[in-house]
Amino acid sequence: MNPVPGIYRILPEAILTLTGVAIMLVDASLPPNLSRRYLGFLAAIGTTIALWASVGQLAFPQGTGFFGTVETSAFTVFFHVLICGIVLVALLLSLDTLPEHSHHQGEYYALIVFGAVGMCLLTSAVELLVVFIALEISSISTYILAGYRKQTGRGPEAAIKYFLLGSFATAFLLYGIALIFGATGTTEIYQIAQLAPIAQNQPLVLAAMALMLVGILFKVSAAPFHVWTPDVYEGAPTPVAALLSTAPKAAAFALLLRVVYEIFPHLRSLWAPLLWVVAVLSMTVGNLAALRQQNVKRMLAYSAIAHAGYLLAAFAGIGSIGIAAAAFYTAAYAAMNVGVFAVITLIAGYDEQLSLIDDFRGLIYRSPILGSLLIFFLISLIGIPFTGGFFGKFYSFSAAVDGGAIALAIIGLLNSGLAAAYYLRLALVAAERPSAEQAAPPKPHVGPAVIAAISLAVLTTLVLGIVPGAVLHAAQSAAHTLQVPPQPSEAPGAPLQSPQ
Amino acid sequence: MHLILFFLFAGFCLAGAINLLWQTHPINSALSLIVVMTSLAVLYLLLGAEFLAIAQIIVYAGAVMVLFTFVVMLLNAGREERTLGSRAAARVGFPAVVVLLAVLATIILRAQGLASAHLGQGLTSDPNSSNLVLLSQVLFHELLLPFELTSVLILIAILGAVAIARREGSEVGGSERTAEK
Repeated sequence: MNPVPGIYRILPEAILTLTGVAIMLVDASLPPNLSRRYLGFLAAIGTTIALWASVGQLAFPQGTGFFGTVETSAFTVFFHVLICGIVLVALLLSLDTLPEHSHHQGEYYALIVFGAVGMCLLTSAVELLVVFIALEISSISTYILAGYRKQTGRGPEAAIKYFLLGSFATAFLLYGIALIFGATGTTEIYQIAQLAPIAQNQPLVLAAMALMLVGILFKVSAAPFHVWTPDVYEGAPTPVAALLSTAPKAAAFALLLRVVYEIFPHLRSLWAPLLWVVAVLSMTVGNLAALRQQNVKRMLAYSAIAHAGYLLAAFAGIGSIGIAAAAFYTAAYAAMNVGVFAVITLIAGYDEQLSLIDDFRGLIYRSPILGSLLIFFLISLIGIPFTGGFFGKFYSFSAAVDGGAIALAIIGLLNSGLAAAYYLRLALVAAERPSAEQAAPPKPHVGPAVIAAISLAVLTTLVLGIVPGAVLHAAQSAAHTLQVPPQPSEAPGAPLQSPQ
Repeated sequence: MHLILFFLFAGFCLAGAINLLWQTHPINSALSLIVVMTSLAVLYLLLGAEFLAIAQIIVYAGAVMVLFTFVVMLLNAGREERTLGSRAAARVGFPAVVVLLAVLATIILRAQGLASAHLGQGLTSDPNSSNLVLLSQVLFHELLLPFELTSVLILIAILGAVAIARREGSEVGGSERTAEK
């Protein structure tokens, strides 16, 4: 029935899994006193091949593999490329900034690569059981990575908080999946999409949707499910924070798009107002809290919450307009946020001697290139034209206006103005003349891998800001494949235990 | 007969769950959890899910609970202290849970088209239609991919336990990860 062999449908995930296993094997067979740093190159090469493989998947017709559990389409390829790109940048960043003699570098790289397997799979799963397992794979690897700096008290604190709250949220998602199975008798997304509108127990479907939304909104750190974000970003090593704030979020947004636009399009009148409220709350809470922060990473964590709010504004858009805007914003946000975290990693170092905003005073005089890069990414986060952030916000808010949520767009614009205050504060501090008594911090070590990572982020941000056409086109075709009604599936197969 | 069993074990289950929250000593809570798990297994059996019932006993009441009690005893955890935070959590948490359960119960009770379950009906001695056979057909056929994916999940859990437990000996420990599996 399916001319494309199933393995091609999960090719990027398979490559990433093999890379992870290879890293573990090589790590175990190297003598203990040898540097593990080169395992990072192995991971980066594997990720690049996976990225290339996911682009190659565009050649196949849209369809599912493995008995309708995974799908390849323009939508999945868009998010695969995005996630692999983010992971690649995070790996390159770690290569030069992880302390040379850290004892478990092998596990570190393997965990990042395995986490990428989960995130990629999350975007392509069309079976809720696969969704759940993929989410767990990505979550567990990030829980562990968040606590990787065990010397400080904050590392384990971040890991435990993230683990407890994250497991709680996953339980909500699982409960939602169980209820939707109870209402429709299947866990396949396309079949649910067909059966949910005609299900006899609409209250059950509603409860399922509500519980699933709670679980997913936690993962994208939207208010009021955001409390974990600042502590986790602050406690996690900065390269990990760069990964955490972008890749799992991109995957979770892909899942959210799939859930609301593909499973529950008929309940739009219910989830659209709900997401409206969450979007406004996230923007406002995130920006107001960010204004009061002294720690740079905490400030960026609250700014990440605010950006989740801007992104959710796109969900007010109808059909493919909303999906395309959300997908584009995810890409733009990922590029600039990974970039700003990369610069902060270089400035502050892995151990973060410099964590407060005041520590960045005079940065542009100490190292002009790093200083200007920091200001460049901050400008993009504000959303000034010729950067990715501008077009991201532009498409998101115009999708909202298009969907009739004009008030939402206005609140979003006001919030962007508010956000400019704290981004500019950091930028101005960096551009100030250093005071004489301030001890000059050590010069950061900048290697070729970091240069590659940062130039990738800069290039993407610039391309998205100056010639957004190609990416927008990709996002639109992705949106269309998500909207395509499922191919006539052979009679909704006998489920395992159909409700009598 | 089935009905009596159902009420008996449903009662045990509820009593165990309430006792679990009530107790302040971790070992008492762990032991009540065993009661909950075992009575749940009997309820599964009554619904005709014999495989699930046995798995519940082996995995939860057996393996997981042994680990639980083991860790509690190793850490020599004392009586739980009531802090301001935990009192506040109890004040806010209990009403919130009651509201959530009430909403869910209303939804499930008002759902139409769900026929009442027939206790003990699904149990069969016919080897070809036992749900072990059905389950394995689904698990190794339609759901092969998720089944294989769990191996990656477990691999990550092991990897994480190693990464966390090595060297510094921080107590975030492997126990959580094992429980997660």
